[in-house]
Amino acid sequence: MSADIVFAGVVNGLMAGGVYVLVAVGLTLIYGVLHIINFAHGSLLMLAMYAVYFLFRKPLGLDPYAALPLVTAGAFAFAYLLYRGVIGRFAHGKDENILLITLGLSIVADNAALFFFTGDTQTIDVSYAGRFLQLGPALIPLPKLVSFLASLLICALLGLWMAFTDTGKAIRAVAKERQGARLVGIDVENIFAIAYGIGIACLGAAACLLMPFFYVSPSSGHAFVLIAFTTVVLGGMGSFAGALIGGLLIGIVESLGGLRFGEQLGQIAIPLVFILVLLLRPTGLFGGR
Amino acid sequence: MSRRAMLWCAAGLLVAILYPLLFGGPSLIARSNYAINVAFLILFAAFLGQSWNIAGGYAGQTSFGHVVFFGTGAYVSTILHVSHGWNPWLAWPVAIASGGLVGAIIGVLSFRAGLRGSYFALITLAFAEVFRIVANSIPQTRGGLGILIKADQRPENFQFRDPMWFYYLALVLCVIGLAIAWWLTRSRFGARLAAIRENEDAAMALGIDVFREKVRVLALSGAMCAAGGTVYAQKYLYLDPSIAFGVEKSVEMLLVSMIGGAGTIFGPLIGSGVLHLVGEITRDLGNVVPGIKNAQPLALIVYGLILVVIVAYLPDGLTGLLRRRR
Amino acid sequence: MARKQSRFGVSRRSFVGGAGALSVGLAGFPAILGAQAKAVKVGLIHPVTGFVAYNGQQSRLGATMAIEDVNKAGGVKSMGGAKLEALLGDSQSKVEVGVSEVEKMNEAGASAFIGCFQSPVGIAATQAAAKYNTPFLIDVGASDQLVRRGLKNVFRLKPGFGKCVDDGIAALGAINKGAGSPAKSAVIVHESGEFGTGTAKLLAGKLPSIGIEAKELIPHDNPTRSFDNIALRIRSMAPDIVMMSNYGNEYMLLARTLFQQKVELKGMFSVLGGGFNYKFVKDMPDVSQFMMDTNHWFNPRSEASQALKKRVEAGGALFTFEVYLSYTNVMLLADALERAQSADKEKLIAALAASTFKAELMPYGPTKFVDGQNEGGLPAVMQSLKGEIEVISPEQFASAKAVFPRPKFT
Repeated sequence: MSADIVFAGVVNGLMAGGVYVLVAVGLTLIYGVLHIINFAHGSLLMLAMYAVYFLFRKPLGLDPYAALPLVTAGAFAFAYLLYRGVIGRFAHGKDENILLITLGLSIVADNAALFFFTGDTQTIDVSYAGRFLQLGPALIPLPKLVSFLASLLICALLGLWMAFTDTGKAIRAVAKERQGARLVGIDVENIFAIAYGIGIACLGAAACLLMPFFYVSPSSGHAFVLIAFTTVVLGGMGSFAGALIGGLLIGIVESLGGLRFGEQLGQIAIPLVFILVLLLRPTGLFGGR
Repeated sequence: MSRRAMLWCAAGLLVAILYPLLFGGPSLIARSNYAINVAFLILFAAFLGQSWNIAGGYAGQTSFGHVVFFGTGAYVSTILHVSHGWNPWLAWPVAIASGGLVGAIIGVLSFRAGLRGSYFALITLAFAEVFRIVANSIPQTRGGLGILIKADQRPENFQFRDPMWFYYLALVLCVIGLAIAWWLTRSRFGARLAAIRENEDAAMALGIDVFREKVRVLALSGAMCAAGGTVYAQKYLYLDPSIAFGVEKSVEMLLVSMIGGAGTIFGPLIGSGVLHLVGEITRDLGNVVPGIKNAQPLALIVYGLILVVIVAYLPDGLTGLLRRRR
Repeated sequence: MARKQSRFGVSRRSFVGGAGALSVGLAGFPAILGAQAKAVKVGLIHPVTGFVAYNGQQSRLGATMAIEDVNKAGGVKSMGGAKLEALLGDSQSKVEVGVSEVEKMNEAGASAFIGCFQSPVGIAATQAAAKYNTPFLIDVGASDQLVRRGLKNVFRLKPGFGKCVDDGIAALGAINKGAGSPAKSAVIVHESGEFGTGTAKLLAGKLPSIGIEAKELIPHDNPTRSFDNIALRIRSMAPDIVMMSNYGNEYMLLARTLFQQKVELKGMFSVLGGGFNYKFVKDMPDVSQFMMDTNHWFNPRSEASQALKKRVEAGGALFTFEVYLSYTNVMLLADALERAQSADKEKLIAALAASTFKAELMPYGPTKFVDGQNEGGLPAVMQSLKGEIEVISPEQFASAKAVFPRPKFT
């Protein structure tokens, strides 16, 4: 491989990694606080992508970036209610049950999408999709650059919010010590729902940033789930910084692995890195504990 | 086991043995290979679920990638059979041993690193992915082209013309699975696993070699699952990487056990029975709804909702219901 | 099954309940489908949910429309106007479920099956149907392992990928030669499953025969999230032609990436390109412009196909290859029933094997089955030109002349 290709590969990897960061940030938050594995993550991402698609279509014609606040807020509200109304309520305090419920919800969501929106693949065509930033031998499509930068920004904002707001502190308290938090008067159920809501709100943002260069179909969300899990574990469950570095790292590993070993066998780099990290440093790169 | 429970078991087994007589060959009711086939699927999924349950339920080592053992078993026997001319019956034990070996290797690696809970669950998922990608990329498996097993429906060839025999095979496997689970509730090995499940640190303090026990249980579970892989390959006569190592099968194994009740003897069987019946009935539902185009997704929506409702009202799985009733 | 629950100490009530549910499931089935007098039941097994639900639904649409048409025209005349009746099945893209549907429909009295879209499901389902000697028509399913396996009950009207590759390569050779042979090298991008891998291997083997070197085969997973790196490699290898063999989403994503990154090529050429359809061409006229695909295509000069196209589009659906292939397979079956004068499986298989059916919608010669594969089937080569799909080969069906090499990006 020539230096040019390696360089371009790294840049491509970083851009792809930006997307993984976005999807993983929500997952890591949910995991860090609720200690559950959200099996509905891919399906909820898919629903958010459909929201972006329908907002973009006539008659609304809303640009996906302009729709970002709306979709994010909507995703938060939807997820908050979903947690309060279904997940938290039916889980009876057992983590295994949350896993099964989110699995059931994922089946419902995928097939509801199939029923109402058909199985057809939908794309949106924005005028800036073909613009580029040329960086030496690498071409960076504008929407990917935007999503990359936005993912950095979102991570930073979330980190600040968690550090300095009361709700943020309460979330961290609940994540560390449920019982203790309850004792000092924190409404733990409400915090759970808020954390779930924010986790899914991140997916809303991810959907807006993804749609200009990806597509949506009832199964399209699942393309990012496995990789998001990998990112979360690699970075350390519950760590934003970890999700950020982990996502970018995985993007680069995937990209270079693909260039070196071919796109098919190169895919092996992701689970392999995942396994090695877990075996050598089970708490992930940035995990505490 | 109480005398009453034993009686029930015997009666149930008798019914299971006689079941094909109702629908199969002599067909006392009506010949229905469909009914036989559904029963096969239930028993087969129950057996795979049991293999998950041995590790996930009894020892508390939840796995998301159990399909890695299934696929290993399926590929090992199929490659030996198709490419090396082995008789599949002879290849079967090798496949089972390979599943056990893969279980032991994954166990040694992950448990040595001290992985627990969701970390262990996710690493098994990653192993399954590695196996899938390798199977997709190497010539021995013919990559994405898949391997077609030549149809030659003779029993000595591990292929049966009458689906009844696959049913009986699944029944035998299922009974073996139940027996292993039962043994775990009575043996010292099982007691040590239970201690590990409840509190690993305490188990260690009690002097249990936690690492060794966990590796052993994963090897046992892997061997069982691999046995299922060979049966699958011989029944459907085709294998490709996403069939062998796809994440859906892992989910199904975990689902039948957890819905039925993880860590119980009959959990996987009950879970498999209920989920398959719900699945079969809802699949028809898609055709009943008149006037709606493409109503099929509705069937799966109902299926998903039923899943949520079961968890909502039976948080300890379906076996929890029985326990409460008593 | 439900009976077995009793074995682990379920109360009598739930035992009876379980058994009841089962018998409803079984007995309810034929009742649901409503047995009509003398109707010939046709089992349609397609993946209408799951990963390729769209394709499965399109197939079901085509087949059910054809059944309606046959019935409207008076059913099977030689059988006293017997109507066709669809048994609708969903394989859920799973081998086990596909086989389960065969067993169920067999009990519901299916005289023939049509399916399955995915080759792995088709391979297992045809095997299951063979037990009952029930004819199985493969409407869509590319693998050549589906036929020529000694199963007497399997028939495939459309050409398999071997034939599509041969014809596609021949057409590409002619187009290239006609333009003064500007293309000397190609890169093949394909999905890593049975379909893409098989097609790519055949393509790589045939390309040298028309003076084009296959520089590299690049497989990719489904789904692939980004084609940036593949674009990067293509750019660095600078082939004249990119050939692709993948499913809809990846096809679209790859084409869009190459277009947006302005990768200079003489042409893009696919065989059985999963995403080459009206929606793609209409949604992305710039991206698809000048792309060529070898695929199952209707005969644009046939009035019947134009009429059906209008009807399908009036219903809000697209006239994709699944629709007219499944439609045509029902017609093939109806023709065989007409000649067999019976739904008896032996006779029906004999009638199918001897069929000389003329597929009105398709650019096919008379049907001639050899080991279950129709030798009269013919793929067409299309090109996207200004948001339309034009047939450029074979000549007797062509609606436009190929534009090759395509103009450079400016």
